[in-house]
Amino acid sequence: MAQSLDDISRQLKKRHRKSARMKWLSMSALIAAGIFLLFFLADMLIKGMPAFQQAYIQVEVDYNERAAELPLAAVEADYRELVSRGYLRLIPGRMAEDDSLLGTTQTEWVLADDAVDQYLKGGKARLKDKQVAVIDRMVEEGRAELRFNTGFFTNGDSKLPEMAGLASAAIGSVLVLIVTLAFAFPVGVMTAVYLEEFAPDNRFTRFLEININNLAAIPSILFGLLGLAIFINFFGAPRSSALAGGLTLGLMTLPIIIITSRAALRAVPDSIRQAAYGVGATRWQTVRDHVLPLSMPGILTGSIIGLAQALGETAPLIIIGMIAYIPDAPGSFTQAATVLPAQIFTWAGMPESAYVERTAAGILVLLSVLITLNATAVYLRKKFEHRW
Amino acid sequence: MTTKLASPGAPVTFNQETTHDLELTVRDLKLWYGDKQALHGIDLDVYQNNITALIGPSGCGKSTFLRCLNRMNDLIPSVRAEGEIMMEGKNVLSKQVDEVALRKKVGMVFQKPNPFPKSIYENIAYAPRMHDIVSKGSEQDELVERSLRAAGLWDEVKDQLDKPGTSLSGGQQQRLCIARTIAVQPSVILMDEPTSALDPISTATIEELMHELKQDFTIVVVTHNMQQAARVADYTAFFHLGKVIEYNDTATMFSTPEKQQTEDYITGRYG
Amino acid sequence: MQTDQILMTFFAGVLFLGVLGFFLGRSKAARVRAGGAHMHSQPDQYAWFTVLSAAGPAVVVAMLAAIVLGVFESAFPGWLAVVGALGLGAFGLFVGLNRVRPELRARDSLERAVKWVLIGAASISILATFGILFSILFEAIRFFQMESFWYFITGTNWAPGDAFLEGAGRAEASEGPSGNFGALPLFAGTFMITAIAMLVAVPIGVSAAIYMSEYAPSKVRDVAKPVLEVLAGIPTVVYGFFAAITVAPLIVSAADSVGLEASFNNALAPGIVMGIMIIPFISSLSDDVISSVPTAMRQGSLALGTTRNETIRHVVLPAALPGIVSATLLGVSRALGETMIVVMAAGMRPNLTANPLEDMTTVTVSIVSALTGDNEFESAATLSAFALGLMLFVVTLALNFVSVVMIRRFREKYAVNNL
Ligand SMILES: Nc1ncnc2c1ncn2[C@@H]1O[C@H](COP(=O)(O)OP(=O)(O)OP(=O)(O)O)[C@@H](O)[C@H]1O
Ligand SMILES: [Mg+2]
Repeated sequence: MAQSLDDISRQLKKRHRKSARMKWLSMSALIAAGIFLLFFLADMLIKGMPAFQQAYIQVEVDYNERAAELPLAAVEADYRELVSRGYLRLIPGRMAEDDSLLGTTQTEWVLADDAVDQYLKGGKARLKDKQVAVIDRMVEEGRAELRFNTGFFTNGDSKLPEMAGLASAAIGSVLVLIVTLAFAFPVGVMTAVYLEEFAPDNRFTRFLEININNLAAIPSILFGLLGLAIFINFFGAPRSSALAGGLTLGLMTLPIIIITSRAALRAVPDSIRQAAYGVGATRWQTVRDHVLPLSMPGILTGSIIGLAQALGETAPLIIIGMIAYIPDAPGSFTQAATVLPAQIFTWAGMPESAYVERTAAGILVLLSVLITLNATAVYLRKKFEHRW
Repeated sequence: MTTKLASPGAPVTFNQETTHDLELTVRDLKLWYGDKQALHGIDLDVYQNNITALIGPSGCGKSTFLRCLNRMNDLIPSVRAEGEIMMEGKNVLSKQVDEVALRKKVGMVFQKPNPFPKSIYENIAYAPRMHDIVSKGSEQDELVERSLRAAGLWDEVKDQLDKPGTSLSGGQQQRLCIARTIAVQPSVILMDEPTSALDPISTATIEELMHELKQDFTIVVVTHNMQQAARVADYTAFFHLGKVIEYNDTATMFSTPEKQQTEDYITGRYG
Repeated sequence: MQTDQILMTFFAGVLFLGVLGFFLGRSKAARVRAGGAHMHSQPDQYAWFTVLSAAGPAVVVAMLAAIVLGVFESAFPGWLAVVGALGLGAFGLFVGLNRVRPELRARDSLERAVKWVLIGAASISILATFGILFSILFEAIRFFQMESFWYFITGTNWAPGDAFLEGAGRAEASEGPSGNFGALPLFAGTFMITAIAMLVAVPIGVSAAIYMSEYAPSKVRDVAKPVLEVLAGIPTVVYGFFAAITVAPLIVSAADSVGLEASFNNALAPGIVMGIMIIPFISSLSDDVISSVPTAMRQGSLALGTTRNETIRHVVLPAALPGIVSATLLGVSRALGETMIVVMAAGMRPNLTANPLEDMTTVTVSIVSALTGDNEFESAATLSAFALGLMLFVVTLALNFVSVVMIRRFREKYAVNNL
């Protein structure tokens, strides 16, 4: 005889509790991922925000004759160690440019040494007690302060942390991405068009599809080995160049663009093709005039996502030498260049604490760019989303 | 027990004197999918150890009604139901009744056979084990055999119990699904067009099976097939646009329907 | 630079020829048509036909020249190639223009040409895969000509630096015939870090997928999906920094507080962070797979009076298992090939140990250090990177293959076509 509802309910209590536990457990996994993300972002913000400020101190600069040879002489002994050596280096040049400076004494706000910078930001700094006293006094007198760190966005890399900036890496990234896009976009879209619109279902097509899937699964570092062996050693592309880096990343981005473009092409209903054939268009004309324009938003979305991925990629670029110390922005595709993530990597390896905050700040900049790119992609997708 | 059905909205009279016990009584059941009302006040009595057939044109709410009886509709987020479905003196729609307990008591067989991707044996043994009805071992083996026999499947599968349930034919799969429902020892079995995906021979087998099952279970079956309702059901309810137009014992219903609409439907004038 | 100018000249030349071809072709076609002749195709199609007859040969010749120059360096000067290619292009332009006549089926030629150009583009993917395979394979073979393959996969002493010193006669030869290139400690380190990563990623990823597909209201889904996507979009160099600068010290002090000693380059930090990086891969694929288990399965189980949890554990998950395994394998292959996190947070010391608190190094770290040092390219120390790369290539492709086969099984079984 079947049990009564009450009996069954009573027996079910334990099972319901277990069920509820499972639900919470699975939810906590998601929460854990969320908490991690928050913790990570907070950690980067805390570590990186200080780098957007930079210490400046006000000193008397004495443009005497000795200073033209030995810049240190321009600043009083007490302050010499507190001023950035990067600033001192500029003194002779400025004196040569401007004769009227000679013999004058100017009170100037100058870039401070990274030790001062770190001390003002409350970190530990390698300063002598005497120097600490001097800085404390300067702060009281309003002669030392933190300002917005413009140099971080306008300077290239430097061996002096207070001078190091992202500019040349950013330019390098742009050059690399131009090459990547110039290569991967046409090739990827053409491949997708071939596979979706032209390819017969034969061995070659299947082989091609397998290859594309494999390409997507190959670890990025192996693309670096390819770049090194083929682009640099075989075709003689210059090492560390945006050309070699961009092509390498282009190959990596290719499968992403192919796969997303195919999806976009597939989303165009056949009725549109039929209509075009109906008025006598050839296959290519149909694709060019009807199918491609309709699938362009989808293709662009995929390409932006692919580009974002390429922008964050480091490993293959290390292999082809894009982590060398490159202070100056590259002027062409064949000059040695570095990219944002590689710059982050280089700084991460530096011992000075001023580099740690710069690394984190670089990460914040990189993440902002990536989020902007991805948000653009999402926006494009939403805006042009078609329901056929 | 004698029952008179009378509800103000859609008066449905049920004339036959009967000695059957009531399994479920439904009163003024209304149901909405979001803003769209699918059931407009259903009144219906379901009798123990009888087969009740629900017929009516497509989209009239038969499946919706059936899913109310074991609260499968709870799985659809936007659904809201009102009214009473009384069983053992409780309204099964109320939150006090545990829908999981209810489903153990009111089992369901679906339109498309849906065996689990497990062995035939496990398809049957899985739920009883969860309910702690049997312990693993010979007791469980016995239950599996009993259920398969009751579903008339034992002789066909006894040598391949470890084969996947999905390897059976459609009709066998449906009987496997019936067997696994029987195995948890419910009182009521709901069947939503159980034979519509099957060939005529499998259909006949299942109809026979239903006759045997009603010794032990109460069956509510949705069917599109008028002949099937006439063949298997003791009672038949005609649904139209979310209402019960007519509910009567099957013989009366098919010979002398009270309502013109019913007559039109069973003579195939629409639907 | 030289290469720069050569490329620029070439592209400018081709562009010029192309534009010239377009206008000349079109104007000739228009003229012929104005003369009253019935043309087979549109003027634009004749224009493109002319463009192709000019640019096609030029590009083909240039590519051939680049390959020849790659094989035989300075077989001929680069400018010669440019002049040759552009010259041929000009000749092609002339011939193409001459063929612009009413009876020329420019449209059909164009259609054929487009198809071949597309096939050419598509072949680049094949070239890339084989390019990777062969570029790695050839250098790896050269490595194995210098060093024993057997010792490479079973030996426990990894000391490329010593190999260099020995070569220079500055160090005593290591014991017996064995050698300095025993990669076992690297494999072990890779395995350890991958295992830690999967211990983090699989439970969290699969649980999150279960929550998202089985429990979460659509509003929660709408928030959770982007969060996971953000995790997937964080560059690995960023994860690496986080592992090295935040997680590793945390682990050291945590270990310290329970009386254990941990290295700052312990395997745990990169392992955990890599696991977090892999969570989104596993969760999104598992989510897709779990969501495509037919609802009929769930309903069938729930209709038997089982709880949600029982249905998920005993019906949904077993059905989704091939897909989840496939996602896990893809995750493993990611973890094996991951480079930046381990380069930044794991050690450099080959260390055969089972203690995750010690520092150990991995295959990818060794590839990077072999290729970023100042070693000569021809040395075994450098070439070892390609031997390690070959191992990585083979293993990841095998994992990918198995995972594709499993997902295909799943897809066929449940007739799902969106995976
Ligand atoms: N999940 C749902 N969400 C919204 N509306 C639904 C849902 N399921 C059913 N409906 C609507 O409720 C009404 C009744 O549907 P139901 O499936 O109960 O009809 P039926 O009588 O079983 O039809 P059929 O004979 O075709 O199976 C229909 O109008 C249908 O569109
Ligand atoms: Mg129905």
